[in-house]
Amino acid sequence: MNRRLLFLLPLATLALMAGFFAWSLLAGRDPASIGSVLVGRPAPRLDVKPLREGEPPLTDALLKTGKPVIVNFFASWCTPCLAEHPLFTRLAERDGAVIIGIAWKNKPDEARTWLKRLGDPYKFAGADLEGRAGLDWGLSGVPETYLIDGQGIVRRHFRGPITERDLNETILPFLKGAK
Amino acid sequence: MKRFAAFVLTLLLTLPASAVEPSEMLADPALESRAREIGRELRCVVCQNQSIDDSAAEVARDMRRAVRERLAAGDKDEQVFAYMVARYGDYVLLKPPFKAGTWALWLGGPLLLSIAGGALLFAARRRKPITPPQPLSDEEQRRLDALLKS
Repeated sequence: MNRRLLFLLPLATLALMAGFFAWSLLAGRDPASIGSVLVGRPAPRLDVKPLREGEPPLTDALLKTGKPVIVNFFASWCTPCLAEHPLFTRLAERDGAVIIGIAWKNKPDEARTWLKRLGDPYKFAGADLEGRAGLDWGLSGVPETYLIDGQGIVRRHFRGPITERDLNETILPFLKGAK
Repeated sequence: MKRFAAFVLTLLLTLPASAVEPSEMLADPALESRAREIGRELRCVVCQNQSIDDSAAEVARDMRRAVRERLAAGDKDEQVFAYMVARYGDYVLLKPPFKAGTWALWLGGPLLLSIAGGALLFAARRRKPITPPQPLSDEEQRRLDALLKS
């Protein structure tokens, strides 16, 4: 073997690393993403106090109605929630989506005021003041959104605010297709 | 000098503070110490590389509370870990489990080290021994003497 070829070894290592870094950058790989283990599994337990006065608490029965539902954790103190809020309003009003909103670590009266000011797209609304439901749902913060099919299986889990693109490319096709 | 010694001693005695607040702690010291050990092995889901024991994040506090509730309900340590993995996946374990997806992670380091060590050993054995310098011949010695004298 030509010993001179050995000198190419560092260069080859450099090329390998550069390739890996380029792939990381270009393939949209997000090292901060923690993924979700819930997708493909039955939705976690739902047992949350009502946010609006005089309404019944949220229970598992809401997730297995044969129709897809969207579960959205939000808070009035959360700025990205403010950004995604109009999209939920549109989903509820234009597309007739059933959206369950859960106010996470949010004083109920503050969450109610927030919804009064911005409009309330939630067919059912819960108050998870201590974050217990959030833990059951593998929540890392707000906002997070789950798409649940008619059988009560989680199909998508968005960490962070949903965008116009998520709405058009994922949520609307899901609502049309899910049984 | 004494001052300096005191300074060094202070540095040595300083420990990283835990984020566990007294109000969160369990009354039973045995259970609390188990909770602390579990907390050090669980990763806070919003802070990349901090355990829930070290993190002041809201979610980390909820997770610490859940760990203590599970322990108080009589769960074994493995059951508490399983509880967290069911919600957040293997990501929450600071020590990833050994399975199909992680064998490269566990074995990669030792494997590379043994390859490098083997190559080094191979190269060292192949290297020719250094020949000791030859003594000067008579002719060379004469020339050297002549040079030194002039």
